[in-house]
Amino acid sequence: MTKLTIAELQRIQEENKATFTLRKGGYKAKVVVHMGTCGIAAGARNVMTALMNEIALAGTNDIIVKTSGCGGLCAREPMAVIELVDQPPVIYGDLNEEKIKEIFKEHIIGGNPVEKYALALGSEAIY
Amino acid sequence: METAVRSHAMLCGCTCCMACGTTKVKAALEEEFRKNGIDEEVKLVISGSNVFCAKGPVMIVHPEEIFYEGLTVEDVPALVEEHFLKGRAYQKLTFKEQDKKIAIPSIHDIPFFKHQVFLVLKNKGLIDPERIEDYITMDGYKALSKALTLMKPEEIVKVVSDSGLRGRGGAGFPTGKKWELGLKIKSDVKYVVCNGDEGDPGAFMDRAVMEGDPQAVIEGMIICGVATESHKGYIYVRAEYPLAVKRLQIAIDQCYEAGLLGSNILGTGFDFDLEIYQGAGAFVCGEATALMRSIEGKRGMPRPKLWRSAVKGLWDKPTVLNNVETFANIPQIVLNGAGWYRSLGTEKSAGTKVFALTGAINNVGLVEVPMDTPLRKIIFDIGGGIINKRSKFKAVQLGGPSGGCIPEAYLDIPVTYEAIEKSGAIVGSGGMVVMDTSTCMVSTAKFFLEFTADESCGKCAPCRLGTKLMHDLLIDICEGRGKEGDIEMLEEMSETIISASLCGLGQSAPNPVLSTIRHFRHEYEAHIKDKWCSAGACRDLCTFYIDEKLCKGCGACQRACPSNAIEGEKKKPHKIMQESCVRCRTCVDTCKFGSIKILPASARSANEADLQFIAGMAAGSLAGVGK
Repeated sequence: MTKLTIAELQRIQEENKATFTLRKGGYKAKVVVHMGTCGIAAGARNVMTALMNEIALAGTNDIIVKTSGCGGLCAREPMAVIELVDQPPVIYGDLNEEKIKEIFKEHIIGGNPVEKYALALGSEAIY
Repeated sequence: METAVRSHAMLCGCTCCMACGTTKVKAALEEEFRKNGIDEEVKLVISGSNVFCAKGPVMIVHPEEIFYEGLTVEDVPALVEEHFLKGRAYQKLTFKEQDKKIAIPSIHDIPFFKHQVFLVLKNKGLIDPERIEDYITMDGYKALSKALTLMKPEEIVKVVSDSGLRGRGGAGFPTGKKWELGLKIKSDVKYVVCNGDEGDPGAFMDRAVMEGDPQAVIEGMIICGVATESHKGYIYVRAEYPLAVKRLQIAIDQCYEAGLLGSNILGTGFDFDLEIYQGAGAFVCGEATALMRSIEGKRGMPRPKLWRSAVKGLWDKPTVLNNVETFANIPQIVLNGAGWYRSLGTEKSAGTKVFALTGAINNVGLVEVPMDTPLRKIIFDIGGGIINKRSKFKAVQLGGPSGGCIPEAYLDIPVTYEAIEKSGAIVGSGGMVVMDTSTCMVSTAKFFLEFTADESCGKCAPCRLGTKLMHDLLIDICEGRGKEGDIEMLEEMSETIISASLCGLGQSAPNPVLSTIRHFRHEYEAHIKDKWCSAGACRDLCTFYIDEKLCKGCGACQRACPSNAIEGEKKKPHKIMQESCVRCRTCVDTCKFGSIKILPASARSANEADLQFIAGMAAGSLAGVGK
């Protein structure tokens, strides 16, 4: 590490912000991917990987991703719930990699829910 | 491209959790993450102390903030599948309140954490103590930047004075006053020394801070250097804290590399050097003057306090010496201002204090509370009350060998320096040992006197000989050789030791005896006159007897007895054979019906009828004794 100046302290803080948003809270968007047996069988794993890639590509630091079990609507898996701060959560169903990428851009980044994939408004407890 | 991380598993890496197997659990978790292909999504971090030490190893998982305790290698596969794959809290290892089967998964709902205010421990379970970047991200070195660029030394001293911060090591001397003196004195060399020689039995606050957030201590010390125009610091840590030494050394090395120590700190032209000095673990070296002699390479012995160490300390140069927790408070005070700090606690005892809560209590761990919090809240709301359902709260020991025991009547006093001192104990460094009714107060005093007699450096005769003599007298009382006048003798000796010893060790050594005599005099009297230890702790002063009316004949005590001294048929009252009883107290703790009574030693030879009578007496007229 080179000798730091006060400006560089700030830079380090910015760089590590994502890590600490995750630990301290204070995020902009929360995504819950259903990872029950039904979800995984329907391809939730791939949806999750695609989502994680999108987040990494976008370089954002205020989105957190959680997993949950089966939501009780196994026929529409893989499902995910997306909740932006100050907005009601939106449940999406029948997801695949392309759809989650589109939702990521439109809803999570853009702030506009993608109605064609949405099932309902509402969330479920994660534990 | 780096993959985004969705979850952080913060595995506690304090000495206690390490001892319970953190390293093995970490390896198992890593293996399991890899197996499931989530090793890139989930980041495993060894954090500083998570402060809830009761059942290590513990882990907090973000962002769900689920708290797990008592992790084992065997549980790891199920935990990873449930939590990290399926997104459900793994109920088996979440926190559960005693007697209640309901799991409390979220850390925010656990009573132990809910009632605390984290200032000194604000980074607990959030940062990797071996990564300076983590500390910097949590506003680390912001206070130092402010102190170096925007404040004059006088202004820093004023903020610290105004904050009302008092020495967290035990004596409670106003930190600002110490710094003010340190700044005023002109000298070519001045030192900043951090006292990390934590030695009270049952205390581990400073260790947790040094292990979990070493950078905060270092930042506090550099700020002290700026404020007192000093350029050299020492951290005195006992070699018995190897992990603290290791983490501090890593932190210091990283600071040198980053230009936060050494010359021209943060490009501002200020120089400060810092090194660790390892002590050999003598209790007396926690005393300021002895500590400084020890750093000088001499035998750790106190000297007369003709002048303050801020005037003439280490190598006879002005030295500002503060405790670990005091320094760890400094960055936040400088950053947030004196008023912010004053908003917590009381007028004379501002801010928060970290206590090490241990003993006969459900939730063992570190507790940080504002200083106006009543003891009852700490012990019952945060600590979860007494662990053994069949016994009750008896006393709480504060301040280690220099402190005293506080009985139930005083539980509603706040933990301020003044209120605790009035009750006969001291806040001290923050050791808080809770004792239940199975504890004998005379034995407790004996334990502490044995400790101080051992640790007395031997310089002053009243302390060297007096503590030994007091200890002998207490042994006599506990073994049935106590005689009329012993209590007065103890009081007189205490007075002499207090007035004729040079340093804090001797001056406070008799406190455990004095405070127990003050609050539990009846127990001393019972030991001496009745040869009766009602707690059943002094083997020579008790007889265990089964009350036939209460005994259900379940046989639990019979199976638990290590010396086969209990006889009796199933469903009929049992009987203890006094000649083979070793008075280990196991049966008392085993019996669910409270049928085993503790009687004076004289009851051993009594026949059945007499025993009934004595038991009746003990329950009736002497009932006040055990209270």
